[in-house]
Amino acid sequence: MTQSVVLNKSETTTLTASSKIRLAKDLIAQYSITAGGLMVLMTLLMIFGYLLYVVEPVFRSAEIHSGDSHRINSAPLALGSDELNEVGYFYNPQGQLNFYSLLEQQFNYPSIDLPLLSHQTITSVGRPTDSDVVAFGLSDGQVIISKPSFRLSFRTGIRTITPTVSYPFSDESVMLDPLGKPLDKLAFSVNDEQFSLVALTNDLRVVITRKVASENFMTEEIEWSGNTVQIVDVPAKIDQLILTPSQRLLFILSGNQLHIYDLSLDDIGSAREIIDINDNNANVTAIGVLSGGSSLLVGNSNGVISQWFEVKKQGIRTLTNIRKFKVKASVTAITAEPFRKTFAVTSADGELNLFHSTSEASLLQYSLQREVTNLRFSPRNNALIISDNQQVEFFTVENEHPEVTWSALWQEVWYEGYSEPDYVWQSTSADDDFEPKLSLVPISFGTIKAAFYAMLFAVPIAIAGAIYTAYFMPSGLRKVVKPTVETMEALPTVILGFLAGLWLAPIVETRLPFIMMMLLMLPLVILLFSLIHYHLPIALKQLFNEELSSLLLIPLLLLTGWGCYEFSPIFEEVLMQGDARQFISNELGINFDQRNALVVGIAMGFAVIPTIFSITEDAIFSVPGHLTNGSLALGATRWQTLIGVVLLTASPGIFSAVMMGLGRAVGETMIVLMATGNTPIMDWNIFEGMRTLSANIAVEMPESEVGSTHYRVLFLAAFVLFVFTFIFNTIAELVRQNLREKYGSL
Amino acid sequence: MGNWYKSGSPWIWLTSGAVSISLIAVLGLLGLIAWRGLTFFWPSQIWQFEVYNPDGSQQRVIGEIYERDMISALQLRESGVKVAAGVEEVESLLIKTGNREFVELDFRWLLTSNIISQTTPLDLAVFERSKNGNFYGHIDSVIIDGVTFEGSQDEAREQLATALARVEDLAEQADDLQQGDIGGINYQLERLRLRQRRAELDQGLTPELMTEFRNEKRQLSQEYQVFEQQLFKLRAQMIRDRVVVRDMRNVAVNIEVADLLSVHYPNVMNVFDKTIYWLGAIAGFVSDDPREANTEGGVFPAIFGTIFMVMLMAVIVTPFGVIAAIYLHEYAKKGPITKFVRIAVINLAGVPSVVYGVFGLGFFVYVLGGSIDSLFYPESSPAPVFGTPGVLWSALTLAILTLPVVIVSTEEGLSRIPISLRQGSLALGATKAETLWKIIIPMASPAIMTGLILAVARAAGEVAPLMLVGVVKMAPTLPLDGNFPFFHVDRKFMHLGFHIYDVGFQSPNVEAARPLVFATSFLLVTVIISLNISAIGIRNHLREKYRSLEG
Repeated sequence: MTQSVVLNKSETTTLTASSKIRLAKDLIAQYSITAGGLMVLMTLLMIFGYLLYVVEPVFRSAEIHSGDSHRINSAPLALGSDELNEVGYFYNPQGQLNFYSLLEQQFNYPSIDLPLLSHQTITSVGRPTDSDVVAFGLSDGQVIISKPSFRLSFRTGIRTITPTVSYPFSDESVMLDPLGKPLDKLAFSVNDEQFSLVALTNDLRVVITRKVASENFMTEEIEWSGNTVQIVDVPAKIDQLILTPSQRLLFILSGNQLHIYDLSLDDIGSAREIIDINDNNANVTAIGVLSGGSSLLVGNSNGVISQWFEVKKQGIRTLTNIRKFKVKASVTAITAEPFRKTFAVTSADGELNLFHSTSEASLLQYSLQREVTNLRFSPRNNALIISDNQQVEFFTVENEHPEVTWSALWQEVWYEGYSEPDYVWQSTSADDDFEPKLSLVPISFGTIKAAFYAMLFAVPIAIAGAIYTAYFMPSGLRKVVKPTVETMEALPTVILGFLAGLWLAPIVETRLPFIMMMLLMLPLVILLFSLIHYHLPIALKQLFNEELSSLLLIPLLLLTGWGCYEFSPIFEEVLMQGDARQFISNELGINFDQRNALVVGIAMGFAVIPTIFSITEDAIFSVPGHLTNGSLALGATRWQTLIGVVLLTASPGIFSAVMMGLGRAVGETMIVLMATGNTPIMDWNIFEGMRTLSANIAVEMPESEVGSTHYRVLFLAAFVLFVFTFIFNTIAELVRQNLREKYGSL
Repeated sequence: MGNWYKSGSPWIWLTSGAVSISLIAVLGLLGLIAWRGLTFFWPSQIWQFEVYNPDGSQQRVIGEIYERDMISALQLRESGVKVAAGVEEVESLLIKTGNREFVELDFRWLLTSNIISQTTPLDLAVFERSKNGNFYGHIDSVIIDGVTFEGSQDEAREQLATALARVEDLAEQADDLQQGDIGGINYQLERLRLRQRRAELDQGLTPELMTEFRNEKRQLSQEYQVFEQQLFKLRAQMIRDRVVVRDMRNVAVNIEVADLLSVHYPNVMNVFDKTIYWLGAIAGFVSDDPREANTEGGVFPAIFGTIFMVMLMAVIVTPFGVIAAIYLHEYAKKGPITKFVRIAVINLAGVPSVVYGVFGLGFFVYVLGGSIDSLFYPESSPAPVFGTPGVLWSALTLAILTLPVVIVSTEEGLSRIPISLRQGSLALGATKAETLWKIIIPMASPAIMTGLILAVARAAGEVAPLMLVGVVKMAPTLPLDGNFPFFHVDRKFMHLGFHIYDVGFQSPNVEAARPLVFATSFLLVTVIISLNISAIGIRNHLREKYRSLEG
């Protein structure tokens, strides 16, 4: 005993060195393999986390930080900053344009005097929201249009900004009132092709001029030409003149009444419409215009801000109250961003509020604690410049994605130019002032629609096929049939999509009755054959064995299909007046697209069949034999056993198969991309297409700008897909794990 | 009837019908792709039709019959075509007439009722051109170096064949020069520019370095000019010969031999000739570059890109997949974490592929690639190197996508290895790691192989994520070439699956491109199905092997 211990000891001592290394290696292997295994979990979490990380900023509310403040002597007429937020400017009432640095305290650039003649004084200011250009109405009926401009220069790698002023339309002033009266109120709107000026003179006439650009052939210079007219029929009391950015409408505010003039008419004449725009028991205190479309923002003394735009109903455009926002006290000023739909509101209690019109989001509340005389967004929407009588203060605004809120994504939104609230996905447009329509509802609907039709087609075939293969088919045949069907799973979906779009879709279009007849005829033929087979003499019955029936049926079904195909035009002629497509769209009033949900349903159905088939077949096949034997021994027929015992036992497995299939159908991209028109419509019509989440991502992702709202919303779409399929797959897997444990006990 | 219903027989037959439908669908689909894909290359007869125009005049149409369709007489009468009374249907032929630059459409429908006569003149020739598609016509004469040969048809054909062979030879030389030497110099010039920019950024651009760069640049430019001269000379030699062809308008058209790719005379070919031609056409399809915005020519770059990407992916996915499988099967204890890992595997397999594309674009391309660029390639800014979709990111994205495939397959292989083998090894004193390395992994290697093949098959057919992370319709260069460092994993690449999508749905001439798409589909399906079949074969072989071990 002792001896052996000693021997053992000596042996271990000789082995120590190498065995230590071996043990260390073993330990290293264990840890690294465990780490490797957990990495799978980490990967999934990372995808989840990264998608969320990209999506998250979309739901952040705005932030505001006060920055530089600049002392002034009197309230400025107009103010602003350059695109880089480095130089601020303001016009003082004497007609002087002052520039100051926003980076270095108290550094001023030389100020510039507007070219005013000695007898001229500034009597009014007009300024569009979407441009830096400012128009000043003068005491002799003239208008000066000026624009602060910023020249960038690089010298020895250092960027310097030199502020100047430019006069975009002419160096001289524009004569607006031919009678030369002082201009008390002024409205100004401009774009690349034309600009419009509307003014109220101090003898209460409203004059309007519109100048259109044309290129001089000789000098290639842009020339502006147009004439001035007077609007005769105007209200006696005029509080404010407002021009829409489109220069199509002129609003005259008179007390609580708004007079609307259509400037696109040759003869402007009288107001097209006069409406009361105040909120109940309140007066209008401020008014503003949103950029882009023609939305009017009306602030009331009770703190309600209402948004109005023209809505076409029964062919007539009327200004309609769309939605309301609320602040705590009487509204004092409203200003909108140059290129988006965010607007800032100041109220009598010194509060600043930011709202976004489309998403109805209240983005920010901030206490300014002062009376504001003028406020303006910076050209890139990322700062707000606010003045009172003593100072101009600069606030940086972090407001990257105001257009996305829960309601903008998932609820009906009333977009500008629409006759009613709607779900719309329209992410981009050629227009700069475009209102993005980012409702995920139509594309989620499309996803569900595509998956629904695919499942409608796939589930019966896949489950029935799996039942037969697992339960009735002789094992020799099963060994061939199962892998053959499963081969289809390996078929790239791009090929299925291509066949669906370029081969199946034209067939469906030209031989629509063929598809309909197949749906009806195939089961009927099978049943008929079954009936005949049942009444066959025993000898023949054994020859055409039921176990081989699926092989026997192949030629029969092919024949039926061929018959239906050949019969289709005749059927069409007799019942559908010769053209099924026209019949459906004209007689039944159903829209028909060539690439429609029927084509997608069939093609994606084929993509899903092998998934469902394979798992269902496994589930049915692994039902323990003694259960079925017991049932058969008690006298049940094979069919009764199948229904009563086998399917019941395998039902969780079948459920999990359908879930997996659904997960696949929801996420499938290429088939939908190629076999539908990809129009985001919301309609269950089987003859129309759809746009799904996945196809939408594939189409729009490569073109979206990194970090933009569109980019993040596409990530959100991917996240929604991820969550959809995560739920389906997890349920399926949990059910399957339970099933496995249950069979283990059986 | 009642008994029949009670027996359950109708239901059984219906389920059986479902299997039949599935089988018809699978085999029919594969058959359709194979038939349409392979017949495209078969040289079809060239017909010469004399037809009535709608206004009663006569016209000659030369071309191959592309498609036949029956049009109901009712539809025709509605659209104002005169059809004899009592006729229910009229056969209509889609004719590919080629000669794209002289006719409005290179496809036209002919009603058989308007055809006066149709013949197959033996001297009709099909000219395959590098531009403007096919040309059909009769050879009038061949002009070699300005001298017109007007011999018999056979002689003219022989002349043309020699001229064609000469041009082919010259074109190959020019191609080698352009791709190889001139391409190489361009690449070196670009590298030189980047080195200079790098030195500039590092504040190390000394005058000596400047002169060195300038000298190098001058030398490269000189070499470039030499090669360019050679190229111009070759090109000048190529445009020596012409062939005069009489087309269906009976106008003699001059065609440069340099623009021709091949000429064949299908109406005099016998089955044997046609088979030879067919095989040659298939070989050309696999080995040639695409032409005419991918609607003609071959798919070699797409094949190459697919294989390159898939191999890169295989290198990435195998170790991770195998380690994860070993963890799950050999190390993991039963518990919540293992359960979560399994759910993660299932979910990774079930997450839509386009989501991987989104993740790959955001994380790999912009985050990882962007950081690599700012750390290692500041000189090429603002042009991104890795911060843009490319073959490396595609491979990585697809590696995540196919990870579950490798895991599941490897785990299945591991579970088939009898426990007694492990016990034996451990009992003899081997550590667990040694048992794994020396016993388990070698025995599981066929299963790993199976998983890898299945992963490759899956990756080869995936398109949606690739559209986001690196595939393009036309890549100017392959990701592998003769310029250092040879593997350019930052480059964009072409892919067979995307090729199908692009040519089938984005090309301006879908009618002409469709057969090509079928051919590409057939190629892709063949590759994927054979990969799958070999994987299944290996797996079955493995099962047999272990069954005997256990017995």
